[in-house]
Amino acid sequence: MSAELGHFAVILTLLVAAVQACIGFAGAGRGRDAWMLVAPRAAVLQLGLLFVAGAALIRGFVTSDFSLNVVAANSHIDKPLLYKIAGSWGNHEGSMLMWAFILALYGALFAVLSGRLPLIFRARVLATQALVSLGFLGFILFTSNPFARSFPAPFEGRGLNPILQDPALAAHPPLLYAGYVGYSLCFSFAIAAMLDRQISTDWAAWVRRWALLAWMFLTAGIALGSFWAYYELGWGGFWFWDPVENASFMPWLAGTAFLHSIKVTARQGHFMRWTVLLAILTFALSLIGTFLVRSGVLTSVHAFANDPARGVYILAIIAATIGGALALYSRATFANEIEKSFQLLSREAALLLNNIFLATATATVFIGTLYPLAIDALGLGKISVGPPYFAAVFLPLCIPFFVILPFGPVLAWGRASWLQIRRALAAPLVAALLAALAFMSVRAELSLSVLAALFGAMWLIMSSVATLLAALDIRRAGLWGRLGLVPPSVVAGNLAHAGIGLMLLGIIGATAWRSETVVAVAPGDRIQLGGYQFVFEAVSQVKGPNYVAERARIVMRDLDGRTKTLTPEKRIYSAERSQTTEAAIDVKLSRHIYAVLGEQLEDGRRVIRIWEHPLVAFIWLGALVMVLAGGFGLRGGRR
Amino acid sequence: MRAGIVSLILYALILPAAALTPDELIPDPALEGRARAISAELRCLVCQNQTIDDSDAPLARDLRALVRQYILAGQSDAEIIAAVTERYGDFVLFRPRLSPQNYFLWFGPFLLFAIGLFTLWRILRKTRS
Repeated sequence: MSAELGHFAVILTLLVAAVQACIGFAGAGRGRDAWMLVAPRAAVLQLGLLFVAGAALIRGFVTSDFSLNVVAANSHIDKPLLYKIAGSWGNHEGSMLMWAFILALYGALFAVLSGRLPLIFRARVLATQALVSLGFLGFILFTSNPFARSFPAPFEGRGLNPILQDPALAAHPPLLYAGYVGYSLCFSFAIAAMLDRQISTDWAAWVRRWALLAWMFLTAGIALGSFWAYYELGWGGFWFWDPVENASFMPWLAGTAFLHSIKVTARQGHFMRWTVLLAILTFALSLIGTFLVRSGVLTSVHAFANDPARGVYILAIIAATIGGALALYSRATFANEIEKSFQLLSREAALLLNNIFLATATATVFIGTLYPLAIDALGLGKISVGPPYFAAVFLPLCIPFFVILPFGPVLAWGRASWLQIRRALAAPLVAALLAALAFMSVRAELSLSVLAALFGAMWLIMSSVATLLAALDIRRAGLWGRLGLVPPSVVAGNLAHAGIGLMLLGIIGATAWRSETVVAVAPGDRIQLGGYQFVFEAVSQVKGPNYVAERARIVMRDLDGRTKTLTPEKRIYSAERSQTTEAAIDVKLSRHIYAVLGEQLEDGRRVIRIWEHPLVAFIWLGALVMVLAGGFGLRGGRR
Repeated sequence: MRAGIVSLILYALILPAAALTPDELIPDPALEGRARAISAELRCLVCQNQTIDDSDAPLARDLRALVRQYILAGQSDAEIIAAVTERYGDFVLFRPRLSPQNYFLWFGPFLLFAIGLFTLWRILRKTRS
């Protein structure tokens, strides 16, 4: 019964969204306050209704109501409660409902918080949100209904893919979607601004906050996904340039570009058209990401062609949203656009250069991800675009970007002087060089590319810290005395840049300095890797809630004689008839020791794989710093 | 060997492999390093998006063996990749060929970057005058 309630709630939401869109635009067009006031209320109502729908679906999963098709296909009575709940968004239909729910959440949040903004602007933003909502609710109801039932109900569900039964992956989709969908508000702001024919400083301050919030969620979501891949997929890879990863990386890159161009618009009143275009493109890429992952087009163009209903519907949503927005954009002018002059050596030029780099990076990922699909669709054959391509095209773009990045935050608006740059960056430059050399001497390997990358990481970290300290001016008043006076956006920007540096450091450690050993061992055998010695003791059988596992005991001893027991597992999930490997990871900031239990050989010996991943933790530490930086940025609006 | 210390430390910079078993490895680390580098370029044809070193699939195992067989036979990296492509088609290559059909894939990003820089230059010139 509750499933029907949920289904009904989705239908009602669709109607409410239709009303919100029509009355919002009509009211704004005719200047009727009473009509426009309907929009915020409708937005809150949408949230309430979709909350009911979401709760109904989760109830179906928790109570294992296998008459619901999604529950039968993605759950099992023995599954732990957390994964029953998370299973409700770990499938196509449920995840689309969550998409719509988060969209409603952003709409309602904006409706409640935006009381200070002009009513006509609020109405237009919310009406645009409602249009997007309409598209997705229609998609859910017509092609992907999570509340569809079968009769007779199956006796048992088919279970959830075991590699998805993981805490990080339970949280990954909500975070990622909170990022994707957050950019819908930037999109709606862009539409409203184009209809208004002006961009106020208020507009820029507001849209910057929402973009930052979405960016924080997206950063956290991508980082969590990468962390999951690291410990779950069996050897410690953290980024695979997989189309699904790329789908989330594109809006991240475009959204990062937007965060930078909005600074110029907020502060100087130019680049308005470019900023608006970026807002549209960022959300477009979020939609394209959803399309890529949800349409099945990635598995094969032909799978998509055989069951095209979903893909065609999402393509239609994308075409309508992007096409409509770009049509509006082609004629958009902004009454208050300012043309101020600036030089190459200025903050404006630096931010523009940042945008050129990030836009190219976005385009590279876009081309690399979609090229095989295009080639296949045109009947020119099948090709693969993988990590070697991105290493050859994407990374060369990153190098000059990271080298010039530290200049941005120290340049003055309009026109900067070399003297000022020297004063700000000479010390961090020297410090970065020394730090890179120090690192190399510890590692005692000579590789020019690694040295260059190390210098890049150090350069980012040192210059950010130096710029931050200079802004704090701690020589005059202690650290905490000044912290409140520095604009939060300065703290946020420099922290985020330092986060990139930390992440780069982690990437260098995990790719250039990684070492591995793969051996076949019998109980009592010793394994050597770097300064560590491992003794393989035994494999025992362990029973989990919905799996049985083989668990190895490996005793690790480091150079100082400290010991630690590692217990990697191989799990067999009987319901899903599949197995997963659970790596055992000994965590230190300086390195992870990563042990995996492999297969059993014919002579009874076990394959054990052990990796040392130096500095790998810095990848996610850097992401964490970036998210925290975003938190700082949320505090600051205009000065 | 069995009772003693079993150790096989390969170089740093050697590429990772999640599915490789000890009996597949070439004892000479330099040759094994080459095998890993080649494997990183080759896609397991029956998997979603895995290199042949990362995949448990029998086909990937066969390809790994084939690559090592060619290496031991003294063929160059380019010859091996060409031979594998001959047999399995372009789909096996993670690094697409530089053929006219792929020109935009390879040069598009750099072209876009150049257009971006040109635009910046024009804006700077316009605002100066």
